[in-house]
Amino acid sequence: MTKTPMIQARDVHKRFGTLEVLKGISLEVEKGDVVALIGPSGSGKSTFLRCLNHLETIDRGHIAIEGETLATTDAAGICHYTQNADVRRISSKMGMVFQHFNLFPHLTVMENIIEAPRTVKRISYDEIVPKAEELLRKVGLLNKKGSYPSQLSGGQKQRVGIARALAMEPDLMLFDEPTSALDPELTGEVLRAMRQLAEERMTMLVVTHEMNFARDVSTRVVFMDQGEIVESGSASEIFSAPQHARTRAFLEHML
Amino acid sequence: MNYILEIIGPLLDGTIVTLQVFVITLLISLPLGLALALIRVSGLRFASTLVSGYIWLMRGTPLMLQMLFVYFALPFVPVIGVRLPDFPAAIVAFALNYAAYFAEIFRSGIQSVDRGQYEAAHALGMNYTQTMRRIILPQVVKRIIPPVSNETITLVKDTSLIYVLAMNDLLRAARGIVQRDFTTMPFTVAAAFYLLMTLVLTWGFHRLEKHYAVYEG
Repeated sequence: MTKTPMIQARDVHKRFGTLEVLKGISLEVEKGDVVALIGPSGSGKSTFLRCLNHLETIDRGHIAIEGETLATTDAAGICHYTQNADVRRISSKMGMVFQHFNLFPHLTVMENIIEAPRTVKRISYDEIVPKAEELLRKVGLLNKKGSYPSQLSGGQKQRVGIARALAMEPDLMLFDEPTSALDPELTGEVLRAMRQLAEERMTMLVVTHEMNFARDVSTRVVFMDQGEIVESGSASEIFSAPQHARTRAFLEHML
Repeated sequence: MNYILEIIGPLLDGTIVTLQVFVITLLISLPLGLALALIRVSGLRFASTLVSGYIWLMRGTPLMLQMLFVYFALPFVPVIGVRLPDFPAAIVAFALNYAAYFAEIFRSGIQSVDRGQYEAAHALGMNYTQTMRRIILPQVVKRIIPPVSNETITLVKDTSLIYVLAMNDLLRAARGIVQRDFTTMPFTVAAAFYLLMTLVLTWGFHRLEKHYAVYEG
């Protein structure tokens, strides 16, 4: 019996104007995988991640999440998305953590977390608050539940971002350079929260420049450059014995 | 002093007319302006162009002319022609005019909200209406308080234009007494009334700003 992959992307193309950012990306992520997507700036890794939950639309290719088709391309090469309500439903299977946090500044930490469960899933206040408190305890920020995002440090903001995404009970988590906007001394606390999530067998796709995280936590590393996947393999394969010159050059530069 | 007490009655009557025009105009033009702004940012090309044309028309001609048009010319316009009494005519002109200004204020507020807010809402599964109502518009309110306060204070004074429809607002009441009694004292009292009204508004908007100051951004 074949398992349905959590993420199935086939031949995904995306261009911004004349610039082709994704030149046919194919990737499958299985349940429980922690995939680190690495590569130089401008390699298209963030764009690819954003295509998966419809923050960008693809021009060609096929994307399915847990077997449900988000976008597909017909024989004539025309890309079709499923209808809006289904796009939203499929997207909401994925939690997203942003480079710039994108917390809601007018809401407290607690309100940030319970907003979507309340308005989208119609979960009652009494039911969601204990769950939100549990999530905040997990990321070590229960004492900040009444604070506004502007009163938090970058690392705290990102941990709220993770808790907010988890409150929707996603089946997998997408991380778009979650530590890139942080001061170096604040990345540790965010990576710890992510590591803990990985230990709980959450399926994760992480765009990152944190090579240590990629090496120590991920079950698979995917190296992208110039809109293509150059190579992928286990962390030890990629870090100890990279096959391609471009991968070697990149790793030498990063480590 | 006795004289002031003597004229204060008719001036207060005028103030009530002024306040009626002010309050009703706000109650109509704020929601209407918000609706127009939402159409403009909706991405519906045709509707958006139509709204742009409307805003151009309303900001591009004098409010007094618009009021005269509604009162004197509208009855003769085919199809939509309707004869309005002076008070409703004034309200229609004021509400339509101020809605155009408010629409631009709302639009600038909506467009000043970071794209990341929409993306976060989308990633959390919120639809457009939920995103606007729960995430974007609450942030817009904070940002537009200063320009809305400006417009609102202007409106208090613009209400004096209704004198052209022979309505007895505060300023026309004052002018009537000036012409009758050959003294400019009523003007001074009227000025004090206007200042009092704008003082209350300034204080109110200040309170509102403080209320929203609990969060940054």
